[in-house]
Amino acid sequence: MEKETALELSGAEQPKKKKKLKSFDKKNGQLIWWLMLLPGLIFTLIFRYGPMFGVIISFQEFGLGSTSFFGNEWVGFDNFTYAFQLKAFGQSIVNTLIIAGSKTVLGIVVPLILALLLNEVGSKWFAKIVQTTYFLPFFLSWVILGGIFNQMFSYNGIINTLISLFGQEKILFMLDNNWFRAIIIISDIWKGMGYNMIIFLAAITGVDMSLHEAAEIDGANRLQRVWHITLPGILPTVALLSTLAISGILNGNFDQVYIMYNPMVYKGGDIIDTFIFRQISDNLDNGMGVSSAVGLMKSFVGSILVGGTYYFAYKKFGYRIF
Amino acid sequence: MAIKTSTSRKIFVIFNYTFLAILALICIFPFIHLLALSFSSDEFTSKGLVSVYPMGFTLDAYMILATKPEFFKAFGISVARTILGTSLALLVIILTAYPLSKSNKVLKGRTAIAWIFVFTMFFGGTLASQYVLYRMLGLLDNFLVYILPGACDVWFVLMLMNFFRGIPKEIEEAALIDGCNHFQILFRIFVPISLPVIVTIVLFTAVGHWNSWFDGIFFMNDSNMYPLQSYLYVMLESSDPSKLAQNGTLTPDQLEALKNLGNKNLQAAQIFLGMLPITLVYPFLQKFFIKGITIGSVKG
Repeated sequence: MEKETALELSGAEQPKKKKKLKSFDKKNGQLIWWLMLLPGLIFTLIFRYGPMFGVIISFQEFGLGSTSFFGNEWVGFDNFTYAFQLKAFGQSIVNTLIIAGSKTVLGIVVPLILALLLNEVGSKWFAKIVQTTYFLPFFLSWVILGGIFNQMFSYNGIINTLISLFGQEKILFMLDNNWFRAIIIISDIWKGMGYNMIIFLAAITGVDMSLHEAAEIDGANRLQRVWHITLPGILPTVALLSTLAISGILNGNFDQVYIMYNPMVYKGGDIIDTFIFRQISDNLDNGMGVSSAVGLMKSFVGSILVGGTYYFAYKKFGYRIF
Repeated sequence: MAIKTSTSRKIFVIFNYTFLAILALICIFPFIHLLALSFSSDEFTSKGLVSVYPMGFTLDAYMILATKPEFFKAFGISVARTILGTSLALLVIILTAYPLSKSNKVLKGRTAIAWIFVFTMFFGGTLASQYVLYRMLGLLDNFLVYILPGACDVWFVLMLMNFFRGIPKEIEEAALIDGCNHFQILFRIFVPISLPVIVTIVLFTAVGHWNSWFDGIFFMNDSNMYPLQSYLYVMLESSDPSKLAQNGTLTPDQLEALKNLGNKNLQAAQIFLGMLPITLVYPFLQKFFIKGITIGSVKG
């Protein structure tokens, strides 16, 4: 085997040097590759596969005295049935689907519209400033942004000041389930819109200019060209991003919701991930087990979603991750 | 016909510029508002009167902040984890990506090994199992919990691997003939060629470290070990009246009573300083981020 590899590695182009290469490869063999892979493999095995193995606690009674994966009492699917009895769990699933679903759709539509509009801007510096501004929140943490929004939408915040300026009643935004949901969805779109916008802009720039020129000669106006040339031209990108986005339908964005919500809006704002976390922090009895059980279900469905969408994206658009 | 088109075009252009500019202003408003709050005196901030310029200009918030060693300690921990965490991650990513960029003939079982990494993108453990594992490893209340778990980001490994694969084989073959070993080829040839991708990876990893708050909250009992974002989170949460609400109703009167729990301008000053480092470097590094997004794989 070793010999064959050496021969193939050297290739046909340098037949004279074959001998030297062969001896080098023999000396080092596969060892050098494994040396390089070692750190990455160790980190992956410990920090990715370790917790995967650890999901066995989903089937255990993880009491106050429990400290590891081992030595706990096995309870079968008790943690799962317990979770399903909790009203909050069902509510969190519904909320996640609504919140993440809206984010998925708007997270494609809004950046797409912005990219199309920005593409019509002739002034380079204007486009650059606007793009920089839209992209900035993407790099800030939800602690920062949540802190700002919580202040802005508080009872004595700037938004309510504006509202009372127009003689309207102040609104308890962050304590109202409907308002809270809307704020969560819109602010997340706002934070992330710069990212997809840049992908769409790149796709628009990639559309063949000669098509536009030909259409212009044929008398097509701008709108017609956008509709018949630009949009079909970037459709594969849009379809691909949409497909991949579907895999996130169970992710309502833990960081954002956890930072911005409060017990008053659990009904409309609690998502699966925050529910999972609260099982650990609030359910002192067997929170770890229940939390892990819910997490495992989410992981399981999530892996099917991710696998399915990636497979579809591969089959349909030739998208490959490696 | 031509005139008509140009009129409608003009209207569109005006509308377009106005719309995009207003949206940009809305995007920038929260930050201006924040800055204004931090320089305003408490009597105005508590009434919600401050909009885009400071009222009752004062440096009080920043003065108080200067005497708060916790803030600077947390800032220092953030800087440390960002530098150490990013360096470690970069080294691991480079070392992992290189062998994986080889063919199955060169690295035997390359595809199978790659799947060990890729599988983790599809399936993962749970928050609880992660916590128990870290406890077993002694990572709770340990600075290493900030930098070790994220050291091998599969997305970036694949991104770099794909770039490595695009580098002509002849370069590597020539270096091998000249007597270079693969470590030398990697660090003297492949890494310099891949600099744009590597810069992107460094920036995204560093931003991730700077913004990370949850690991501090969840894996640290000792708040002295919090990075800045965790510190900010706790500071904001403890002064947010709505967080104190139980699962019931809270009347505006009760809210009114709770509203002065926190010093709004002090909070604003801390949030502002927390976002300052990224905001300062971001405009200059933007092109690298954009490059990373458009050349690399699509990372959500």
